[in-house]
Amino acid sequence: MKEEATSLYRIVTKRELVPHINLFEFSAKEIAVKTRPGQFIILRVDEKGERVPLTMTGADPEKGTITVVCHEVGKSTRQLGQLKEGDCILDLLGPLGKPAEIEKFGTVLCIGGGVMVAPLYFQAKAFHETGNTVIGGIGARTENQLIFENEMREVCDELYVATDDGTRGYKGLGFLEGLLKERKIDRVITMGPVLMMKKVSELTRPYGIPTIVNLIPIMVDGMGMCGACRVTVGGRTLFACVDGPDFDGHQVDFEELMIRLKMFTPQEKLAFVFQEEGGRSL
Amino acid sequence: MSKPKPKIKKEVVSMPKQDPKERSHNFSEVALGYTRQQAVAEAERCLQCVKAPCINGCPVDVDIPAFVNLVRERKFDEAIRKVKEKNSLPAICGRVCPQEEQCQASCTLGKVGDPVSVGRLERFLADWERERGYEIPRKSASRGRSVAIVGAGPAGLTAAADLAKLGYEVVIFEALHKPGGVLIYGIPEFRLPKKIVEAEAEYIEKLGVTIKMNAIIGRLYTINELLEQFDAVFIGTGAGLPRFMRIPGENLCGIYSANEFLIRVNLMKAYDFPKYATPIYVGEKVAVIGGGNSAMDSARCALRLGAKEVKIVYRRSRQEMPTRAEEVENAEEEGIKFKFLSNPVRYFGDERGWVKGMECIKMELGEPDESGRRRPIPIKGSEFIIDVDTVIVAIGNTANPLIQRTTEGLEVTKWGTIVVDEETGKTSKERVYAGGDVVSGVATVISAMGAGKRAACSIHRHLLRKKRMQQRKES
Repeated sequence: MKEEATSLYRIVTKRELVPHINLFEFSAKEIAVKTRPGQFIILRVDEKGERVPLTMTGADPEKGTITVVCHEVGKSTRQLGQLKEGDCILDLLGPLGKPAEIEKFGTVLCIGGGVMVAPLYFQAKAFHETGNTVIGGIGARTENQLIFENEMREVCDELYVATDDGTRGYKGLGFLEGLLKERKIDRVITMGPVLMMKKVSELTRPYGIPTIVNLIPIMVDGMGMCGACRVTVGGRTLFACVDGPDFDGHQVDFEELMIRLKMFTPQEKLAFVFQEEGGRSL
Repeated sequence: MSKPKPKIKKEVVSMPKQDPKERSHNFSEVALGYTRQQAVAEAERCLQCVKAPCINGCPVDVDIPAFVNLVRERKFDEAIRKVKEKNSLPAICGRVCPQEEQCQASCTLGKVGDPVSVGRLERFLADWERERGYEIPRKSASRGRSVAIVGAGPAGLTAAADLAKLGYEVVIFEALHKPGGVLIYGIPEFRLPKKIVEAEAEYIEKLGVTIKMNAIIGRLYTINELLEQFDAVFIGTGAGLPRFMRIPGENLCGIYSANEFLIRVNLMKAYDFPKYATPIYVGEKVAVIGGGNSAMDSARCALRLGAKEVKIVYRRSRQEMPTRAEEVENAEEEGIKFKFLSNPVRYFGDERGWVKGMECIKMELGEPDESGRRRPIPIKGSEFIIDVDTVIVAIGNTANPLIQRTTEGLEVTKWGTIVVDEETGKTSKERVYAGGDVVSGVATVISAMGAGKRAACSIHRHLLRKKRMQQRKES
């Protein structure tokens, strides 16, 4: 910890999974050693950059690297997407948040959507290695947006694939209803768009299956200082960064979370345009 | 050497400030600092009291009469050296210390007129030195011992500087991406320019201290892991956990904690959005809840970000405000309004989930409470509504909890602060010391620095004792 006083956070590997979704492997030895599934990092590309929270997809303590998958949805994520292998980012902080509870529960159902299928894989793998029967369900908006299918197949005993538009596998979350009815499931983990996590939580509620959601609301420092990431869980206000990011999906106020996620939408659009104009027009 | 003039000048030399109309639209520093002539003229007012009551008022024991006398003699280089014997962050203290409650409170001149403006002189010297380049003091020879400091705020930076000067290897672990703690994320640019914080932190690095950013202790390493590699650990993690009132509607969009608002503006430079990527939203009608420095800072930032009307809503009256009088005066000059003896009870939102109003209740003051200030009591049936589109909750912070939660054997109070021996800063855990807001709860920059200094001193004594014991064993 003394030797590594000056750290360079280099991109060791960059891989485009599908258009606008990239996998990045960063050299970050100290973080890699401490990382557990469910935790996140905050990175900053350069001096003017935002602090961007990303849930980790994996960590390799021996190689000294951590992996994240990032979807280009705004200015900062697009800026990250433009970097190449060998480039460095300015700041990388982690591991943040409480690790996921990984135990032998029996049969664990892991439901992921969009870019969050990648960090879900980190948990699914851990559940698999702990001796659970892992049933996976992954989805995307459309066929060519689907990621991490092969990785998930390796660690799941069964894998269901779905898309919003039905271009691949099941259409929507309908397949879940039958699955929940027919099988004995001991725990559900869901990571993805808030609306999807809400739907999954609603579907499991009648069966009383513990359902864990992984929440990354808007946050700034990521260590409990700003309170931007406050979420209402069971009527109490909690901070996703330090009290989570995993919460009981049956207790979360998803409506509030969805509203709060839109708080800076006009500014985010402005920043995006500013970036496209190369910063000239403003 | 010329003696001070016998005729006492009762009035302080005033410091030039940016015009309120102008400055309420920019983030440049409000107070502009003394010129050489002004500094010398102010120093000449000092009576050079033998008893020097001012020194007793200084939490880090700066030899005030001595440095003021050197300013009078225009020996600025010697004067700043004198200050830095005790205070490694003079450009910061000269700007944000509440001198009126400390050194200047007991100034003999204060009995007949204005006290000597110690803060402005300290600031003048620090700025004078910074413009010329820092002089790095000679260090003691390396002692082959190391100390880990957790948190690069005022307490940590001070402890680090003192220990480095004594010859210890010092590594500061800072969780944010810039050093300074509250100086960088909390106090706005117009009160404390960030280039000054950066310069003072660089000075600490030049003393030989390593500052390691993005290193969150409690997650990246535990205190026990630090103890394996260092001879002692100092915890100065501050009070950065924002308090909310837990009233209905507090999670509506447009309601920030003062911490979030100030972190966006100061650390992330959201006032320069979109050049800097972090956004901030400020509407037309802003209410700031609270009466401390963060409330004042938030209100003045909101004004600079284009709010039409900024109101500070405080549950007690003007007399009980815990903020510096100078800052209230600055805020009022800029056009900040105050609504005293009022407290919000709930917020209303529009159909999109944004705050549009708040219901407040009027308060009256009862008997003094444990803080010594008169307790505010709600007046039944006095509810009224204020239209707002942005609210900043600045009702205080509690201690950062991560280290307390992840360190076994570290005694903590019911408020989450770390228990220490006040004289030495020793915690319940062997070789672990703590100081600053994580021990006291929210207090001042200088009191945190005082705590850092005391802890550095007792760490030094402890390690010397250990060394002697070892030598005795060997012989």
